[in-house]
Amino acid sequence: MALLEVNNLEVSFGLRSGGVKALRDINFKLDRGERIGVVGESGAGKSVLGFSILNLISNPGSITGGEILFEGKNLSKLSASELRSVRGNRISMIFQDPMMTLNPVLTIGEQMVECLLAHRKIRKEDARNIALQKLKQVYIPSPETRLDQYPHELSGGMRQRIVIAIGLLMDPDIIIADEPTTALDVTIQAEIMELMLELCERNNVALILITHDLGVVSQVTQRTIVMYAGRIIEQGPTKEIINDAQHPYTQGLMNALPQMAVPGARLNQIRGAMPALQRIPTGCAFSPRCDYTTETCRHTLPGFTESGNCLVACHMVAEMKREAAQVASLAQEVKG
Amino acid sequence: MSDQTQILETAPAAPGRWHEFKNSHLFHSFTVDRVAQLSFGIFMLYVLLALFAPFLAPFDPYDIAQIDIMNSEIPPSWEEEGEADFWLGTDAQGRDMWSTILYGTRVSLLIGLCAVALQATLGICIGLCAGYFGGRVDSILMRFADVQLSFSTMMVAIVVLAVFQAAFGTELYQQLAMFMLIMVIGIAEWPQYARTIRASVLAEKKKEYIDAARVIGLRSPRIMFRHILPNTLSPILVISTVQVANAIISEASLSFLGLGMPVSEPSLGSLIAGGFEYIFSGSWWITVIPGAVLISLVLVMNLLGDWLRDVLNPKLYKG
Repeated sequence: MALLEVNNLEVSFGLRSGGVKALRDINFKLDRGERIGVVGESGAGKSVLGFSILNLISNPGSITGGEILFEGKNLSKLSASELRSVRGNRISMIFQDPMMTLNPVLTIGEQMVECLLAHRKIRKEDARNIALQKLKQVYIPSPETRLDQYPHELSGGMRQRIVIAIGLLMDPDIIIADEPTTALDVTIQAEIMELMLELCERNNVALILITHDLGVVSQVTQRTIVMYAGRIIEQGPTKEIINDAQHPYTQGLMNALPQMAVPGARLNQIRGAMPALQRIPTGCAFSPRCDYTTETCRHTLPGFTESGNCLVACHMVAEMKREAAQVASLAQEVKG
Repeated sequence: MSDQTQILETAPAAPGRWHEFKNSHLFHSFTVDRVAQLSFGIFMLYVLLALFAPFLAPFDPYDIAQIDIMNSEIPPSWEEEGEADFWLGTDAQGRDMWSTILYGTRVSLLIGLCAVALQATLGICIGLCAGYFGGRVDSILMRFADVQLSFSTMMVAIVVLAVFQAAFGTELYQQLAMFMLIMVIGIAEWPQYARTIRASVLAEKKKEYIDAARVIGLRSPRIMFRHILPNTLSPILVISTVQVANAIISEASLSFLGLGMPVSEPSLGSLIAGGFEYIFSGSWWITVIPGAVLISLVLVMNLLGDWLRDVLNPKLYKG
């Protein structure tokens, strides 16, 4: 049994009229110790997915369909107190901006001890010792002093390490990291990602890494989920997705990487913008921006096609493959 | 385990609170602000006088045996007919004004502080709930506050106190006067707190650290009181100073109207009221001196509140 299994998840935002669907037909599995990347442009629903796993979608949003099974228990059906025993304890979450995620009026130590005491019946001194050990694990220099410091006394990278240490406090099974390095500068980003990778491997923690940095995804994760307009459009092993993207959108994302552009020329981009959630076209949501669009794409929602080890939601996968093969054979002929 | 205890021992103690306070922005701006220093000095003087009234007062104004009606309306000692025993003169009952004012300040401050403590407790709880839970809870609590605010404090207080006096008789009323005043002033003004706190809570609730606290799996009351409340403390501090002054004034007004402290246990307000009848017969000191005390007390508290508001406002922070 997978550690976490998300089946047909649907999340809606809005009022009585039913509102807009921020997530539709989300299906994926996460095994123990597996690292999974969720990518997509802004507004694709990546963060909502992260929040909905912990059932933290706040009004006017709610989970309107599907199930999130954590060790077989449906998280969206748990009572408030059962949910609290999962949050922070079994599944913890790391947010984007370390400047914002620590309470400015409490010391680091107080915040860490508080988290421990919320889940375990232990003495304060023991909690402090555990906190100290976790700070050492994330390589915070002089951790004893840090415990009595306030967040504003620390740098951004240091704070993110502390946030990670708080995430690790209860030895969770899953860490959901919502763009953990976006607010940091590039050198610190690399350090933090390395640290997270190391910690996940050492403690056998599963990681859901939400990001739009494909470089980070390729370094850290084993599998990748590509989201677009609230749906998963492609998922599969990270290597295959990076090297041989099947969906035109994923291909577009790959092409948009600066290193793919011809030096001196304009950077590649996917033309157009993601549709607003209220105006998602019938059929494939990506069809207005896609180079391969046909009539079928405009009218019918594509199901998942297996292609290699990947699942791709595109009508044109076979078509594109045939084309690629043709190009390849042509190239061979030319050579010959 | 031995490894762990060793870690604990090497952890140094937090730097001293006093040291921290001395380096703070609050203390620094206090050292450069003359008005704040003066106000604080006068306020502390009043607090000390009130606190040590039984030791400082030459007479006990609550003790009928010490009061001699023959001593009534003696002017302050610097006046021609003054007596050295009563340096601020005596009132119409022959009580020493100095002692009475000391005890009166004590009563006024006590009522002010207790009423504000009650206001703050009610207001903070209600404001936190309204802001944090939002939705229907918020609507109900805030409409309730609106209704309460639409009656003026004085009107509510007068009605409640007058009805109580009429229903249970003056004697019982006089015994419970202080308690009743605290309750009435405390309950009448909680919406001030509730509104301010609700506004700050709404601002704080959106911040990511509250999400983070929820992700950790903390209970709502814990998030409300430990994570949100400390972040809303500065407006609370500022309104508190102003509200204490307001409460003292409310009490004085009620006493002046005869609904406050009884004559046997006078507050500053009832002293002013008691002396008011004699002002035209030349005995100005019975009203004017407690009046001056009341005004300066309220003034320094308002000045302190102003100063605190400026210091705690990060937008006015000049480093």
